[in-house]
Amino acid sequence: MTLDTLSGWARRLQTREISSRELTELYLGRIERLDSGINSFVTVTPEQALAAADAADQRLAKGERAPLLGLPVAQKDIFCTQGLRTSCGSKMLDSFVAPYDATVVERMNAAGAVMLGKTNMDEFAMGSSNETSHYGPVRNPWDPERVPGGSSGGSAAAVAARLVPAATGTDTGGSIRQPAAFCGVTGLKPTYGRVSRYGMIAFASSLDQGGPMAASAEDCALVLNAIAGFDPRDSTSLQRPDEDFTAGLDRDLKGLRIGLPREYFGDGLHPEVRRTVQDALAVLRERGAEPVEISLPNSGLSVPAYYVVAPAECSSNLARYDGVRYGHRCADPRDLMDLYTRSRAEGFGAEVKRRIMIGTYVLSAGYYDAYYLKAQKVRRLIAEDFRRAFDKVDVIAGPTSPELPFRLGEKSADPISMYLSDIYTIAANLAGLPGLSMPAGTVGSLPVGLQLVGNYFDEARLLNVAHQFQQETGWHQRMPAAFA
Amino acid sequence: MSLTSEEVRRIAHLARLAVDDREAEDFAAALSDIFDFVEALNRADIEGVEAMAHPLDAEQRLRPDQVTEPDQRDLFQAIAPAVEGGVYLVPRVIE
Repeated sequence: MTLDTLSGWARRLQTREISSRELTELYLGRIERLDSGINSFVTVTPEQALAAADAADQRLAKGERAPLLGLPVAQKDIFCTQGLRTSCGSKMLDSFVAPYDATVVERMNAAGAVMLGKTNMDEFAMGSSNETSHYGPVRNPWDPERVPGGSSGGSAAAVAARLVPAATGTDTGGSIRQPAAFCGVTGLKPTYGRVSRYGMIAFASSLDQGGPMAASAEDCALVLNAIAGFDPRDSTSLQRPDEDFTAGLDRDLKGLRIGLPREYFGDGLHPEVRRTVQDALAVLRERGAEPVEISLPNSGLSVPAYYVVAPAECSSNLARYDGVRYGHRCADPRDLMDLYTRSRAEGFGAEVKRRIMIGTYVLSAGYYDAYYLKAQKVRRLIAEDFRRAFDKVDVIAGPTSPELPFRLGEKSADPISMYLSDIYTIAANLAGLPGLSMPAGTVGSLPVGLQLVGNYFDEARLLNVAHQFQQETGWHQRMPAAFA
Repeated sequence: MSLTSEEVRRIAHLARLAVDDREAEDFAAALSDIFDFVEALNRADIEGVEAMAHPLDAEQRLRPDQVTEPDQRDLFQAIAPAVEGGVYLVPRVIE
Protein backbone atom coordinates (compact mmCIF):
# COMPACT_ATOMS: atom_id res chain seq x y z
CA MET A 1 0.00 0.00 0.00
CA THR A 2 1.35 3.44 -0.87
CA LEU A 3 1.93 5.74 2.04
CA ASP A 4 -0.56 8.52 2.53
CA THR A 5 -0.67 11.66 4.66
CA LEU A 6 -2.43 11.92 8.00
CA SER A 7 -5.40 13.65 6.34
CA GLY A 8 -5.41 11.09 3.54
CA TRP A 9 -5.44 8.22 6.02
CA ALA A 10 -8.23 9.92 7.95
CA ARG A 11 -10.40 9.84 4.83
CA ARG A 12 -9.51 6.22 4.08
CA LEU A 13 -10.35 5.20 7.65
CA GLN A 14 -13.75 6.90 7.29
CA THR A 15 -14.51 4.96 4.12
CA ARG A 16 -13.24 1.77 5.80
CA GLU A 17 -10.78 1.29 2.96
CA ILE A 18 -8.30 0.44 5.69
CA SER A 19 -8.70 -0.32 9.38
CA SER A 20 -6.81 1.38 12.14
CA ARG A 21 -5.23 -1.96 13.01
CA GLU A 22 -3.91 -2.42 9.47
CA LEU A 23 -2.64 1.15 9.43
CA THR A 24 -0.99 0.74 12.83
CA GLU A 25 0.63 -2.53 11.77
CA LEU A 26 1.88 -0.88 8.59
CA TYR A 27 3.70 1.86 10.52
CA LEU A 28 4.90 -0.39 13.35
CA GLY A 29 6.42 -2.60 10.64
CA ARG A 30 8.19 0.38 9.12
CA ILE A 31 9.58 1.43 12.49
CA GLU A 32 10.85 -2.08 13.14
CA ARG A 33 12.43 -2.35 9.71
CA LEU A 34 13.80 1.14 9.25
CA ASP A 35 14.38 2.97 12.52
CA SER A 36 17.68 1.32 13.40
CA GLY A 37 19.37 3.52 10.78
CA ILE A 38 18.11 6.82 12.19
CA ASN A 39 17.33 6.17 15.89
CA SER A 40 14.25 8.37 15.86
CA PHE A 41 12.31 6.46 18.54
CA VAL A 42 13.45 5.87 22.10
CA THR A 43 10.40 3.80 23.01
CA VAL A 44 8.03 1.90 20.72
CA THR A 45 4.73 0.67 22.19
CA PRO A 46 3.29 -1.93 19.79
CA GLU A 47 0.92 -3.65 22.21
CA GLN A 48 -0.55 -0.44 23.52
CA ALA A 49 -0.83 0.87 19.94
CA LEU A 50 -2.65 -2.21 18.65
CA ALA A 51 -5.07 -2.10 21.58
CA ALA A 52 -5.76 1.57 20.85
CA ALA A 53 -6.19 0.74 17.15
CA ASP A 54 -8.73 -1.98 17.93
CA ALA A 55 -10.65 0.42 20.15
CA ALA A 56 -10.59 3.00 17.35
CA ASP A 57 -11.86 0.42 14.85
CA GLN A 58 -14.81 -0.32 17.12
CA ARG A 59 -15.61 3.38 17.36
CA LEU A 60 -15.28 3.76 13.58
CA ALA A 61 -17.60 0.78 13.06
CA LYS A 62 -20.21 2.52 15.18
CA GLY A 63 -19.94 5.57 12.96
CA GLU A 64 -18.27 7.70 15.61
CA ARG A 65 -16.12 10.61 14.54
CA ALA A 66 -13.20 12.19 16.31
CA PRO A 67 -10.46 14.36 14.79
CA LEU A 68 -7.66 11.79 14.97
CA LEU A 69 -9.69 8.61 15.30
CA GLY A 70 -7.54 5.60 14.42
CA LEU A 71 -4.57 7.65 13.19
CA PRO A 72 -1.02 6.66 14.21
CA VAL A 73 1.04 9.38 15.90
CA ALA A 74 4.20 9.65 17.98
CA GLN A 75 4.87 11.80 21.03
CA LYS A 76 8.15 13.57 21.63
CA ASP A 77 9.59 12.01 24.78
CA ILE A 78 9.19 15.33 26.62
CA PHE A 79 5.44 14.77 27.00
CA CYS A 80 4.48 12.72 30.04
CA THR A 81 2.73 9.46 29.21
CA GLN A 82 1.08 7.73 32.14
CA GLY A 83 2.62 4.37 32.98
CA LEU A 84 5.30 4.74 30.33
CA ARG A 85 8.92 5.83 30.59
CA THR A 86 9.23 9.55 29.81
CA SER A 87 12.97 10.21 29.54
CA CYS A 88 13.26 13.70 28.04
CA GLY A 89 16.40 12.35 26.36
CA SER A 90 18.21 12.33 29.70
CA LYS A 91 19.93 9.78 31.89
CA MET A 92 18.31 11.73 34.74
CA LEU A 93 14.89 10.41 33.70
CA ASP A 94 15.97 7.09 32.20
CA SER A 95 13.83 5.23 34.73
CA PHE A 96 11.10 7.84 35.13
CA VAL A 97 7.64 6.39 34.53
CA ALA A 98 5.22 9.30 34.34
CA PRO A 99 2.36 9.16 36.84
CA TYR A 100 0.01 11.13 34.56
CA ASP A 101 -0.55 12.15 30.95
CA ALA A 102 0.39 15.56 29.59
CA THR A 103 -2.64 17.54 28.40
CA VAL A 104 -1.39 17.21 24.81
CA VAL A 105 -1.26 13.43 25.18
CA GLU A 106 -4.62 13.32 26.91
CA ARG A 107 -6.23 15.39 24.15
CA MET A 108 -4.71 13.37 21.33
CA ASN A 109 -5.82 10.15 22.99
CA ALA A 110 -9.30 11.56 23.48
CA ALA A 111 -9.32 12.54 19.80
CA GLY A 112 -8.75 8.86 18.99
CA ALA A 113 -5.05 8.96 18.06
CA VAL A 114 -3.03 5.74 18.22
CA MET A 115 0.37 6.42 19.79
CA LEU A 116 3.14 4.26 18.32
CA GLY A 117 5.84 5.42 20.72
CA LYS A 118 8.04 8.22 22.03
CA THR A 119 10.55 10.04 19.87
CA ASN A 120 14.18 10.84 20.55
CA MET A 121 15.27 14.40 21.35
CA ASP A 122 18.11 16.52 22.61
CA GLU A 123 18.47 16.14 26.37
CA PHE A 124 15.80 18.27 28.06
CA ALA A 125 15.23 19.84 24.61
CA MET A 126 18.58 21.64 24.80
CA GLY A 127 20.28 21.36 21.45
CA SER A 128 19.94 22.00 17.75
CA SER A 129 21.29 18.71 16.42
CA ASN A 130 19.86 15.88 18.51
CA GLU A 131 23.38 14.91 19.50
CA THR A 132 22.86 15.59 23.22
CA SER A 133 20.37 12.74 23.71
CA HIS A 134 21.29 10.11 26.28
CA TYR A 135 20.01 7.56 23.76
CA GLY A 136 22.42 8.51 21.01
CA PRO A 137 22.05 10.92 18.12
CA VAL A 138 19.21 10.83 15.62
CA ARG A 139 20.36 10.73 12.01
CA ASN A 140 18.89 12.68 9.14
CA PRO A 141 16.95 10.32 6.84
CA TRP A 142 18.15 12.32 3.82
CA ASP A 143 21.79 11.72 4.74
CA PRO A 144 22.64 9.62 7.80
CA GLU A 145 25.98 11.42 8.19
CA ARG A 146 24.07 14.62 8.92
CA VAL A 147 22.02 15.78 11.88
CA PRO A 148 18.22 16.02 11.77
CA GLY A 149 18.26 19.28 13.74
CA GLY A 150 16.95 19.58 17.22
CA SER A 151 15.62 19.37 19.71
CA SER A 152 12.57 17.65 18.16
CA GLY A 153 14.87 15.76 15.77
CA GLY A 154 13.36 12.35 16.50
CA SER A 155 9.87 13.54 15.58
CA ALA A 156 11.14 15.31 12.45
CA ALA A 157 13.20 12.32 11.27
CA ALA A 158 10.39 9.85 11.99
CA VAL A 159 7.89 11.91 9.96
CA ALA A 160 10.41 12.46 7.14
CA ALA A 161 11.14 8.71 6.93
CA ARG A 162 7.39 8.06 7.04
CA LEU A 163 7.71 5.94 10.17
CA VAL A 164 4.70 7.83 11.49
CA PRO A 165 2.38 10.28 9.71
CA ALA A 166 2.49 12.93 12.46
CA ALA A 167 4.27 13.64 15.71
CA THR A 168 4.44 16.27 18.40
CA GLY A 169 7.37 18.55 19.01
CA THR A 170 8.21 21.38 21.37
CA ASP A 171 9.84 24.66 20.45
CA THR A 172 11.72 26.89 22.90
CA GLY A 173 14.07 28.55 20.41
CA GLY A 174 13.36 26.74 17.15
CA SER A 175 13.10 23.12 18.25
CA ILE A 176 10.10 22.35 16.01
CA ARG A 177 10.96 24.57 13.04
CA GLN A 178 14.69 23.93 12.61
CA PRO A 179 14.41 20.10 12.61
CA ALA A 180 11.34 20.39 10.35
CA ALA A 181 13.52 22.37 7.94
CA PHE A 182 16.45 19.96 8.17
CA CYS A 183 14.26 16.89 7.59
CA GLY A 184 11.90 18.33 4.97
CA VAL A 185 8.67 18.23 6.98
CA THR A 186 6.13 20.83 8.08
CA GLY A 187 6.19 21.96 11.70
CA LEU A 188 4.24 24.62 13.58
CA LYS A 189 5.10 26.41 16.81
CA PRO A 190 1.83 27.97 17.96
CA THR A 191 1.38 31.26 19.80
CA TYR A 192 2.72 31.01 23.35
CA GLY A 193 -0.14 29.84 25.55
CA ARG A 194 -2.14 28.21 22.74
CA VAL A 195 -1.14 24.62 23.58
CA SER A 196 -1.02 23.52 27.21
CA ARG A 197 2.36 22.99 28.83
CA TYR A 198 0.90 20.75 31.53
CA GLY A 199 2.88 17.52 31.61
CA MET A 200 5.37 18.85 29.06
CA ILE A 201 8.68 18.67 30.89
CA ALA A 202 9.77 22.24 31.46
CA PHE A 203 12.91 23.78 29.96
CA ALA A 204 12.28 27.56 29.74
CA SER A 205 8.71 28.18 30.82
CA SER A 206 8.21 31.61 29.25
CA LEU A 207 9.30 30.28 25.84
CA ASP A 208 8.30 26.58 25.67
CA GLN A 209 5.43 25.72 23.34
CA GLY A 210 4.28 22.39 21.94
CA GLY A 211 3.05 21.89 18.40
CA PRO A 212 2.53 19.49 15.49
CA MET A 213 5.02 18.09 12.96
CA ALA A 214 3.74 16.29 9.89
CA ALA A 215 4.18 15.94 6.14
CA SER A 216 1.87 18.81 5.24
CA ALA A 217 0.23 21.95 6.58
CA GLU A 218 -3.17 20.27 6.31
CA ASP A 219 -1.94 17.49 8.60
CA CYS A 220 -0.52 20.00 11.09
CA ALA A 221 -3.91 21.76 11.16
CA LEU A 222 -5.61 18.47 11.96
CA VAL A 223 -3.30 17.80 14.90
CA LEU A 224 -3.47 21.39 16.14
CA ASN A 225 -7.27 21.12 16.24
CA ALA A 226 -6.85 18.29 18.71
CA ILE A 227 -4.20 19.80 20.98
CA ALA A 228 -4.94 23.55 21.11
CA GLY A 229 -7.16 25.08 23.75
CA PHE A 230 -7.42 26.44 27.24
CA ASP A 231 -6.18 24.26 30.09
CA PRO A 232 -6.75 25.40 33.69
CA ARG A 233 -3.76 23.26 34.73
CA ASP A 234 -1.33 25.52 32.84
CA SER A 235 -1.17 28.96 34.46
CA THR A 236 -0.08 30.62 31.20
CA SER A 237 -2.68 28.90 29.02
CA LEU A 238 -4.79 31.40 27.11
CA GLN A 239 -8.56 31.47 27.00
CA ARG A 240 -9.60 31.70 23.37
CA PRO A 241 -12.66 30.55 21.45
CA ASP A 242 -12.21 27.17 19.77
CA GLU A 243 -11.00 27.40 16.21
CA ASP A 244 -11.01 24.95 13.31
CA PHE A 245 -7.53 25.33 11.84
CA THR A 246 -8.47 23.37 8.71
CA ALA A 247 -11.30 25.78 7.81
CA GLY A 248 -9.19 28.50 6.17
CA LEU A 249 -6.69 26.33 4.29
CA ASP A 250 -8.25 26.94 0.86
CA ARG A 251 -8.33 30.74 0.97
CA ASP A 252 -6.38 32.22 -1.93
CA LEU A 253 -3.37 34.44 -1.32
CA LYS A 254 -4.44 37.43 -3.39
CA GLY A 255 -3.28 40.60 -1.73
CA LEU A 256 -1.48 38.82 1.09
CA ARG A 257 1.36 41.06 2.25
CA ILE A 258 4.49 39.02 2.99
CA GLY A 259 7.16 40.83 4.96
CA LEU A 260 10.74 39.95 4.08
CA PRO A 261 13.03 41.13 6.89
CA ARG A 262 16.29 42.27 5.39
CA GLU A 263 18.07 40.99 8.50
CA TYR A 264 17.03 37.44 7.57
CA PHE A 265 18.67 37.59 4.15
CA GLY A 266 22.00 39.14 5.12
CA ASP A 267 25.49 37.84 5.78
CA GLY A 268 25.77 34.35 7.19
CA LEU A 269 22.98 32.92 5.04
CA HIS A 270 24.13 30.01 2.90
CA PRO A 271 23.83 31.20 -0.74
CA GLU A 272 22.05 28.06 -1.91
CA VAL A 273 19.59 28.29 0.98
CA ARG A 274 18.93 31.91 -0.01
CA ARG A 275 18.29 30.94 -3.62
CA THR A 276 15.94 28.11 -2.62
CA VAL A 277 13.96 30.37 -0.29
CA GLN A 278 13.70 33.06 -2.98
CA ASP A 279 12.41 30.50 -5.47
CA ALA A 280 9.76 29.45 -2.95
CA LEU A 281 8.77 33.06 -2.35
CA ALA A 282 8.32 33.46 -6.12
CA VAL A 283 5.71 30.69 -5.99
CA LEU A 284 3.77 32.59 -3.32
CA ARG A 285 4.03 35.73 -5.44
CA GLU A 286 2.59 33.89 -8.44
CA ARG A 287 -0.36 32.98 -6.26
CA GLY A 288 -1.06 36.62 -5.54
CA ALA A 289 1.04 37.42 -2.48
CA GLU A 290 2.84 40.76 -2.40
CA PRO A 291 6.34 40.92 -0.98
CA VAL A 292 7.16 43.89 1.23
CA GLU A 293 10.66 44.59 2.45
CA ILE A 294 10.71 45.15 6.20
CA SER A 295 13.24 45.51 8.97
CA LEU A 296 13.44 43.86 12.38
CA PRO A 297 16.28 46.03 13.68
CA ASN A 298 16.84 44.21 16.96
CA SER A 299 17.13 40.75 15.34
CA GLY A 300 20.83 40.59 16.08
CA LEU A 301 20.10 40.68 19.81
CA SER A 302 17.75 37.72 19.84
CA VAL A 303 20.32 34.95 20.27
CA PRO A 304 22.21 36.78 23.05
CA ALA A 305 18.93 37.60 24.87
CA TYR A 306 17.83 33.99 24.51
CA TYR A 307 21.07 32.65 26.02
CA VAL A 308 20.33 34.63 29.16
CA VAL A 309 16.57 34.04 29.46
CA ALA A 310 16.49 30.36 28.50
CA PRO A 311 19.39 29.21 30.74
CA ALA A 312 18.03 31.28 33.66
CA GLU A 313 14.65 29.58 33.41
CA CYS A 314 16.31 26.22 32.77
CA SER A 315 18.40 26.47 35.92
CA SER A 316 15.27 27.18 37.95
CA ASN A 317 13.18 24.46 36.32
CA LEU A 318 15.88 21.81 36.55
CA ALA A 319 16.46 22.49 40.24
CA ARG A 320 13.67 19.96 40.82
CA TYR A 321 15.96 17.06 39.90
CA ASP A 322 17.39 16.43 43.33
CA GLY A 323 17.78 12.66 43.48
CA VAL A 324 15.08 12.53 46.16
CA ARG A 325 11.60 12.47 44.65
CA TYR A 326 12.19 10.95 41.23
CA GLY A 327 14.90 10.58 38.62
CA HIS A 328 18.48 9.46 38.94
CA ARG A 329 20.05 9.04 42.37
CA CYS A 330 23.77 8.46 42.91
CA ALA A 331 24.97 5.39 44.81
CA ASP A 332 26.03 5.63 48.47
CA PRO A 333 25.72 9.37 49.11
CA ARG A 334 27.89 10.60 52.01
CA ASP A 335 25.44 13.31 53.00
CA LEU A 336 22.56 15.31 51.56
CA MET A 337 24.79 17.73 49.64
CA ASP A 338 26.69 14.81 48.13
CA LEU A 339 23.36 13.24 47.16
CA TYR A 340 22.27 16.41 45.34
CA THR A 341 25.53 17.28 43.63
CA ARG A 342 26.49 13.79 42.46
CA SER A 343 22.98 12.76 41.40
CA ARG A 344 22.81 15.88 39.26
CA ALA A 345 26.38 15.58 37.96
CA GLU A 346 25.77 11.96 36.95
CA GLY A 347 22.24 12.48 35.61
CA PHE A 348 22.77 15.53 33.38
CA GLY A 349 24.84 15.68 30.21
CA ALA A 350 27.37 18.37 29.25
CA GLU A 351 25.07 20.80 27.42
CA VAL A 352 22.40 20.71 30.12
CA LYS A 353 25.04 21.37 32.79
CA ARG A 354 26.46 24.23 30.76
CA ARG A 355 23.04 25.89 30.60
CA ILE A 356 22.32 25.29 34.28
CA MET A 357 25.64 26.95 35.08
CA ILE A 358 24.94 29.97 32.84
CA GLY A 359 21.49 30.35 34.34
CA THR A 360 22.69 30.00 37.91
CA TYR A 361 25.33 32.65 37.30
CA VAL A 362 23.01 35.21 35.69
CA LEU A 363 20.48 34.79 38.50
CA SER A 364 23.04 34.88 41.31
CA ALA A 365 23.21 37.79 43.72
CA GLY A 366 24.33 41.01 42.07
CA TYR A 367 23.96 39.88 38.46
CA TYR A 368 20.21 39.85 37.98
CA ASP A 369 19.95 43.41 36.60
CA ALA A 370 22.98 43.04 34.35
CA TYR A 371 21.70 39.91 32.66
CA TYR A 372 18.17 38.63 33.20
CA LEU A 373 16.44 41.99 33.59
CA LYS A 374 18.35 43.43 30.64
CA ALA A 375 17.49 40.42 28.49
CA GLN A 376 13.80 40.69 29.40
CA LYS A 377 13.89 44.33 28.30
CA VAL A 378 15.59 43.43 25.02
CA ARG A 379 12.88 40.87 24.61
CA ARG A 380 10.31 43.63 24.55
CA LEU A 381 12.34 45.49 21.90
CA ILE A 382 12.22 42.36 19.77
CA ALA A 383 8.47 41.98 20.30
CA GLU A 384 8.01 45.67 19.39
CA ASP A 385 9.92 45.14 16.12
CA PHE A 386 7.35 42.51 15.20
CA ARG A 387 4.42 44.62 16.33
CA ARG A 388 5.51 47.42 14.00
CA ALA A 389 6.10 44.97 11.15
CA PHE A 390 2.61 43.49 11.50
CA ASP A 391 1.14 46.97 11.01
CA LYS A 392 2.42 46.69 7.44
CA VAL A 393 2.33 42.98 6.59
CA ASP A 394 0.18 39.88 7.21
CA VAL A 395 2.96 37.34 7.59
CA ILE A 396 6.74 37.41 7.70
CA ALA A 397 8.79 34.97 5.63
CA GLY A 398 12.41 33.95 5.38
CA PRO A 399 14.73 30.99 5.78
CA THR A 400 14.16 28.77 8.82
CA SER A 401 17.86 28.06 9.22
CA PRO A 402 20.86 29.89 7.80
CA GLU A 403 22.45 26.63 6.72
CA LEU A 404 21.91 23.13 5.40
CA PRO A 405 21.80 20.15 7.80
CA PHE A 406 25.35 19.90 9.13
CA ARG A 407 27.44 16.81 9.76
CA LEU A 408 27.33 14.91 13.04
CA GLY A 409 30.04 16.25 15.31
CA GLU A 410 30.63 19.35 13.19
CA LYS A 411 29.52 21.80 15.88
CA SER A 412 29.79 19.71 19.03
CA ALA A 413 32.95 21.42 20.24
CA ASP A 414 31.65 24.95 19.62
CA PRO A 415 28.45 25.73 21.55
CA ILE A 416 28.11 29.24 20.12
CA SER A 417 28.16 28.09 16.50
CA MET A 418 25.48 25.56 17.48
CA TYR A 419 23.43 28.32 19.15
CA LEU A 420 23.64 30.46 16.02
CA SER A 421 21.90 27.81 13.94
CA ASP A 422 18.67 29.08 15.56
CA ILE A 423 19.33 32.70 14.59
CA TYR A 424 16.10 33.08 12.56
CA THR A 425 13.80 31.09 14.84
CA ILE A 426 14.55 32.37 18.35
CA ALA A 427 12.91 35.80 17.95
CA ALA A 428 9.43 34.26 17.52
CA ASN A 429 9.84 32.51 20.89
CA LEU A 430 11.03 35.65 22.61
CA ALA A 431 8.01 37.53 21.23
CA GLY A 432 5.61 34.58 21.75
CA LEU A 433 4.53 34.56 18.10
CA PRO A 434 3.49 31.55 16.02
CA GLY A 435 6.00 30.25 13.47
CA LEU A 436 5.92 27.53 10.85
CA SER A 437 8.57 25.82 8.76
CA MET A 438 7.74 24.05 5.52
CA PRO A 439 9.83 22.32 2.85
CA ALA A 440 10.79 24.96 0.29
CA GLY A 441 13.08 22.98 -1.99
CA THR A 442 16.38 21.17 -1.86
CA VAL A 443 20.08 21.74 -2.29
CA GLY A 444 21.40 18.48 -3.67
CA SER A 445 19.36 15.95 -1.73
CA LEU A 446 19.12 18.11 1.39
CA PRO A 447 15.89 19.86 2.33
CA VAL A 448 15.61 23.60 2.88
CA GLY A 449 12.89 25.13 5.07
CA LEU A 450 10.92 28.32 4.55
CA GLN A 451 9.81 29.94 7.77
CA LEU A 452 6.58 31.90 8.18
CA VAL A 453 6.00 33.98 11.31
CA GLY A 454 2.52 35.27 12.02
CA ASN A 455 0.87 37.68 14.36
CA TYR A 456 -0.48 36.40 17.70
CA PHE A 457 -3.16 33.71 17.15
CA ASP A 458 -2.65 33.76 13.39
CA GLU A 459 -1.80 30.05 13.12
CA ALA A 460 -4.68 29.58 10.66
CA ARG A 461 -3.09 32.13 8.34
CA LEU A 462 0.32 30.42 8.47
CA LEU A 463 -1.27 27.06 7.73
CA ASN A 464 -3.27 28.63 4.90
CA VAL A 465 -0.15 30.08 3.25
CA ALA A 466 1.74 26.82 3.64
CA HIS A 467 -1.19 24.79 2.31
CA GLN A 468 -1.49 27.05 -0.75
CA PHE A 469 2.24 26.61 -1.38
CA GLN A 470 1.83 22.86 -1.03
CA GLN A 471 -0.99 22.88 -3.61
CA GLU A 472 1.47 24.30 -6.11
CA THR A 473 4.63 22.38 -5.23
CA GLY A 474 5.57 18.82 -4.37
CA TRP A 475 8.48 19.39 -1.99
CA HIS A 476 6.48 18.20 1.02
CA GLN A 477 5.67 14.92 -0.75
CA ARG A 478 9.26 13.91 -1.35
CA MET A 479 10.61 11.14 0.79
CA PRO A 480 14.13 9.82 1.20
CA ALA A 481 14.78 6.94 -1.21
CA ALA A 482 16.18 4.66 1.50
CA PHE A 483 12.79 4.75 3.24
CA ALA A 484 10.53 4.27 0.21
CA MET B 1 34.96 38.36 30.46
CA SER B 2 37.03 35.55 31.91
CA LEU B 3 35.75 33.29 34.66
CA THR B 4 38.22 31.56 36.96
CA SER B 5 37.97 27.96 38.11
CA GLU B 6 37.13 29.28 41.59
CA GLU B 7 34.17 31.25 40.26
CA VAL B 8 33.04 28.17 38.38
CA ARG B 9 33.19 26.16 41.60
CA ARG B 10 31.09 28.77 43.38
CA ILE B 11 28.44 28.67 40.63
CA ALA B 12 28.54 24.86 40.59
CA HIS B 13 27.91 24.86 44.32
CA LEU B 14 24.90 27.16 43.88
CA ALA B 15 23.67 24.88 41.09
CA ARG B 16 24.28 21.76 43.19
CA LEU B 17 26.49 20.20 40.53
CA ALA B 18 29.60 18.23 41.43
CA VAL B 19 32.54 19.26 39.21
CA ASP B 20 36.05 17.89 39.08
CA ASP B 21 39.14 19.95 38.22
CA ARG B 22 39.05 19.21 34.52
CA GLU B 23 35.35 20.07 34.27
CA ALA B 24 35.89 23.32 36.20
CA GLU B 25 38.47 24.37 33.62
CA ASP B 26 36.23 23.36 30.71
CA PHE B 27 33.31 25.28 32.18
CA ALA B 28 35.50 28.33 32.80
CA ALA B 29 36.46 28.44 29.13
CA ALA B 30 33.00 27.67 27.71
CA LEU B 31 31.12 30.00 30.03
CA SER B 32 33.58 32.85 29.43
CA ASP B 33 32.96 32.53 25.67
CA ILE B 34 29.19 32.53 26.17
CA PHE B 35 29.26 35.56 28.47
CA ASP B 36 31.40 37.39 25.91
CA PHE B 37 28.77 36.52 23.34
CA VAL B 38 25.85 37.85 25.40
CA GLU B 39 27.78 41.10 26.03
CA ALA B 40 26.06 42.20 22.80
CA LEU B 41 23.04 43.01 24.99
CA ASN B 42 24.93 46.05 26.24
CA ARG B 43 24.54 47.58 22.77
CA ALA B 44 20.77 47.71 23.19
CA ASP B 45 19.08 50.96 24.10
CA ILE B 46 16.78 49.79 26.88
CA GLU B 47 16.30 53.13 28.59
CA GLY B 48 12.70 53.26 29.80
CA VAL B 49 11.82 49.85 28.36
CA GLU B 50 9.68 47.65 30.56
CA ALA B 51 10.85 44.06 31.07
CA MET B 52 8.68 41.48 29.33
CA ALA B 53 7.55 38.63 31.55
CA HIS B 54 4.75 37.15 29.43
CA PRO B 55 4.55 37.57 25.65
CA LEU B 56 0.91 38.65 25.86
CA ASP B 57 1.23 40.42 29.20
CA ALA B 58 -1.33 37.99 30.56
CA GLU B 59 -2.07 38.23 34.23
CA GLN B 60 -2.02 35.43 36.72
CA ARG B 61 -5.39 33.69 36.80
CA LEU B 62 -6.95 33.19 40.19
CA ARG B 63 -9.12 30.27 41.19
CA PRO B 64 -11.40 29.68 44.15
CA ASP B 65 -9.49 28.54 47.22
CA GLN B 66 -10.83 25.01 47.12
CA VAL B 67 -9.20 21.61 47.30
CA THR B 68 -9.23 20.22 43.76
CA GLU B 69 -6.52 17.56 43.87
CA PRO B 70 -6.98 14.20 45.52
CA ASP B 71 -4.20 12.66 47.65
CA GLN B 72 -1.92 10.73 45.28
CA ARG B 73 1.00 10.20 47.59
CA ASP B 74 1.34 6.49 46.86
CA LEU B 75 1.29 7.06 43.12
CA PHE B 76 3.91 9.79 43.23
CA GLN B 77 6.14 8.01 45.73
CA ALA B 78 6.11 4.84 43.64
CA ILE B 79 8.69 6.50 41.36
CA ALA B 80 10.96 7.80 44.14
CA PRO B 81 14.42 6.28 44.56
CA ALA B 82 13.88 5.56 48.29
CA VAL B 83 10.77 5.88 50.46
CA GLU B 84 9.64 4.34 53.71
CA GLY B 85 6.36 4.76 55.56
CA GLY B 86 5.23 7.55 53.24
CA VAL B 87 8.36 9.68 53.57
CA TYR B 88 11.31 10.19 51.22
CA LEU B 89 14.58 8.81 52.52
CA VAL B 90 17.77 10.88 52.36
CA PRO B 91 21.09 10.62 54.19
CA ARG B 92 20.95 11.73 57.84
CA VAL B 93 20.75 15.54 58.04
CA ILE B 94 20.64 15.99 61.84
CA GLU B 95 23.34 14.33 63.90
